[in-house]
Amino acid sequence: MDAFKEFRLTRRGLLRAGAVSVAAVAAPEVAAAPTATGRPPSHASIKLRVNGKEQELTLDTRTTLLDALREHLRLTGPKKGCDHGQCGACTVIADGRRINSCLTLAVMRDGADITTIEGLGQPGHLHAMQAAFVKHDGYQCGYCTSGQICSAVATLDEIRQGVPSHVTTDLNIPPPLTAAELRERMSGNICRCGAYSNIVEAITEVAGSAT
Amino acid sequence: MNGASQPSSQLQAEGSPVGREQRHESAHLHVAGRAQYVDDMALPAGTLHAAFALSSKAHAQITTLDLSAVLALPGVVDVALPADVPGENNYGGILQDDPIFTDTLVQYAGQPLFAVAARDELTARRAATLAKIAYEELPAVLDIRSAVASDNHVLPSQRLLRGTPNAALDAAPRRLYGHVAIGGQDHFYLEGQVAVALPQEDGGMLIWSSTQHPTEVQHIVAHAIARHAHEVTVQCRRMGGGFGGKESQPGLIAAAAAILAVKTGKPVKLRLDRDVDMLATGKRHDFIADYDVGFEADGRITALKVMMASRCGYSADLSGPVNDRALCHVDNAYFLENVEIVSHRCKTNTVSNTAFRGFGGPQGMMVIEQIVDDIARTLGLDPLVVRRRNFYGIGERDETPYGQRVDDNILDLITDRLVDSSRYDERRTAIAAWNAGNPVIKRGLALTPVKFGISFNATHFNQAGALLHVYNDGTVLLNHGGTEMGQGLYTKVLQVVAHELSIPTSAIRVSAADTSKVPNTSATAASSGSDLNGKAAQHAARRIRRRLEKHAAGLYGVAPSDVRFDNGQVHIGELKTLTFQQLVQGAYFARVPLSATGFYRTPKIHWDRVNLRGRPFYYFAYGAAVVEVAIDTLTGETRLLQVDILHDAGRSLNPAIDRGQIEGGFLQGAGWLTSEELWWNARGELKTHAPSTYKIPTAYDWAERTTIDLLEHPNREASIHRSKAVGEPPLMLGIAVWHAIRDAVASCATPGQLITLPAPATPEAVLRAIGKLRGEAWAA
Repeated sequence: MDAFKEFRLTRRGLLRAGAVSVAAVAAPEVAAAPTATGRPPSHASIKLRVNGKEQELTLDTRTTLLDALREHLRLTGPKKGCDHGQCGACTVIADGRRINSCLTLAVMRDGADITTIEGLGQPGHLHAMQAAFVKHDGYQCGYCTSGQICSAVATLDEIRQGVPSHVTTDLNIPPPLTAAELRERMSGNICRCGAYSNIVEAITEVAGSAT
Repeated sequence: MNGASQPSSQLQAEGSPVGREQRHESAHLHVAGRAQYVDDMALPAGTLHAAFALSSKAHAQITTLDLSAVLALPGVVDVALPADVPGENNYGGILQDDPIFTDTLVQYAGQPLFAVAARDELTARRAATLAKIAYEELPAVLDIRSAVASDNHVLPSQRLLRGTPNAALDAAPRRLYGHVAIGGQDHFYLEGQVAVALPQEDGGMLIWSSTQHPTEVQHIVAHAIARHAHEVTVQCRRMGGGFGGKESQPGLIAAAAAILAVKTGKPVKLRLDRDVDMLATGKRHDFIADYDVGFEADGRITALKVMMASRCGYSADLSGPVNDRALCHVDNAYFLENVEIVSHRCKTNTVSNTAFRGFGGPQGMMVIEQIVDDIARTLGLDPLVVRRRNFYGIGERDETPYGQRVDDNILDLITDRLVDSSRYDERRTAIAAWNAGNPVIKRGLALTPVKFGISFNATHFNQAGALLHVYNDGTVLLNHGGTEMGQGLYTKVLQVVAHELSIPTSAIRVSAADTSKVPNTSATAASSGSDLNGKAAQHAARRIRRRLEKHAAGLYGVAPSDVRFDNGQVHIGELKTLTFQQLVQGAYFARVPLSATGFYRTPKIHWDRVNLRGRPFYYFAYGAAVVEVAIDTLTGETRLLQVDILHDAGRSLNPAIDRGQIEGGFLQGAGWLTSEELWWNARGELKTHAPSTYKIPTAYDWAERTTIDLLEHPNREASIHRSKAVGEPPLMLGIAVWHAIRDAVASCATPGQLITLPAPATPEAVLRAIGKLRGEAWAA
């Protein structure tokens, strides 16, 4: 397990450089190792704080955060749409930032604070964003909805924190809360039913009431 | 929009839930991540996970299949090969030409060869890649033109003829020839194909399937495991999108899982990884067409001959009915007096194409819309002028090429209103001025109409059943043969039943489609879900209401007609008012049956499949879209600027749901014709098999200025509450996007010059079309 500890530290160090590059470097290497050597998969124990509750899990180190949530913690709100970070259905909030949980190994998130759709709110006690999605019919089939809502909540935080987007024209002022900004920032969460205008209306309503 | 929002129709004014913007029945579950899809179901202990092994060649004989490494991988439990299929190794619904596992003949790259069952999914997927396979390659037919040239068909060609097109072409004042190329489309339902097979006692099999067609899954599984229909139960509470992709394809997934479940004696789950899903399952047919059209100097078509050919892939699947519907939609909104349409159903060594929202209709419409556009550009007229000159008439020029009269024509009504509300003429002038002054960014504008036939072409599918239980606490359980894929069917049927019994929707629970509750169902397809299942559920509810009326009338000595259901109360003459629950309790003690089935068959329709004549459609749904785009002539990039839609949903059952269908359908159509490109390499391997390379529209692609209006116009026919089907028709509104791009490209043409633009109009295609107009050598 000593070797693993070192590995984990390396990954966590890399993590600060950005989630996408970590996944691109780490995933193939880790997944390929057992096949190449014929060794059985290695396991690791990690701690996650999921929706406010401490969880201790012993996982095959190749397990994605999405699989850890779905298969080990039975939190099936985040969906496996494409399993390679292109559809957004698996979006969760990790330490305050939205991530594609299918692109992150669970061991890379040891100690992290994870919020899934289930942790945002439940029927009877909905988060403002969930309530707005109901009010504006921000879904049809519902399969991308968990990811859309988690992404939307984090998007508003990003705008509040002044994080610019691809369509932000002036980097010297806080990004404006425009439809164009919201649509660009939400473009990583695809909805095949095409409920986008309702989704943007729901987010706009919450953004308006929050400022 | 929640249940308490604004009224929209006469019914709502009377307090009925019908016509109200009732929120989706699963809204509270969707937003909280609590709606269960098949992939979310808790599995029994010991459930195995399966994966397909796919062929890597497009056309080949397998000479060696060595599975020793597959079976040796720790965690692998078993494999299923053709020899392991207890019954029929087929999932073809019409012809028996779709093997679940192909034997030695490989007919497309991506074809399932065998399936592995393992203790976990990752092991199954790894094991599936470990087979040592030797192929002897055969010549492959990979495109439609080659298939047409070699008469390679999955089904015989069809010819629809009316009038004397040859003579009329010879006599035509003007004549034009052209080619049309229309790409296919992957469904990209966010929830991929998935099934769980759970062996039951005494040979029974329970299947959880993400399917639009539980009955077909039931039959395919039964045939595959050599059982009868009554031994197989298929359930589907909801799908994460279907779009036609879950009409015939789920049979493959469920049958493979069931075969492994029989072999191992354990429950088996098979969930296709996204890449496998896109490689192994069918898509929208791509089409080509060659046309020869004769017309008057004012643009009016006098004669038309069209050769259409579609890529069906290696097997028939639903290609027969898809191409029949394409034939029946080449007219779209236009009267074609002398017409011949030949339809070739081409066999290619690619995945077998299948149903996709519109089911051939969109491709048929794309053909005629391009022809009309070409005529307009030849004559130097606004395409809208030529479109309107060719519209079906009212009381004259109103018979379709297949002999059905268009007796509910509202094309002019819709077009007039939309031209007005979108300020079409004013914007046409402004765009011409913009294009004259801007050499790089060009704008384009188009209005295209939709007339879409509603009903399954095959008459016998136009039936539905429902099952309604009233429990003695006054609550109601509703079941019907339709499936929920996000289109809001369960919500609409719930509204219909709440209306009939005059009880709150909260008193009714909708339940999963289940072949053991309602048998012999048709696919939830052809936009017919609400029309058929709404009527069947209405029938069941009316039967129960009549029994309750009779019971109450007998009890209080009034006529049954004096018993009035009103918002959870039941008024019995002037004498007595009970709650619905009190009446039901009394009826239970009086031994009145409180469960009923309902049934519906669509009236008036008939279809002669041999001569392609009849009235295949109960009615037509109409709509039109005005779209404005901008294109960058240096990069070929396109941008949607403004969308104005007026769509006919009859007297809408639920305007919020219908608007969602219209927006979503439009955008899906726009994606089909712009960014969604299926690309095969020279070896016949599909290389766009994941969202990383296959691009569906995102939130960023929506036009900033969008207006969507419903035409509040009751259906002429006695459909459910005079509503109209709305699932497929709006997809074809997306054709306006392609025509707006074509219009922008046309601003680079000299007068009368024709445009060569295929669909999808990707940036590459747009750039090439402009290059060709400008005579640039690279684009030739």
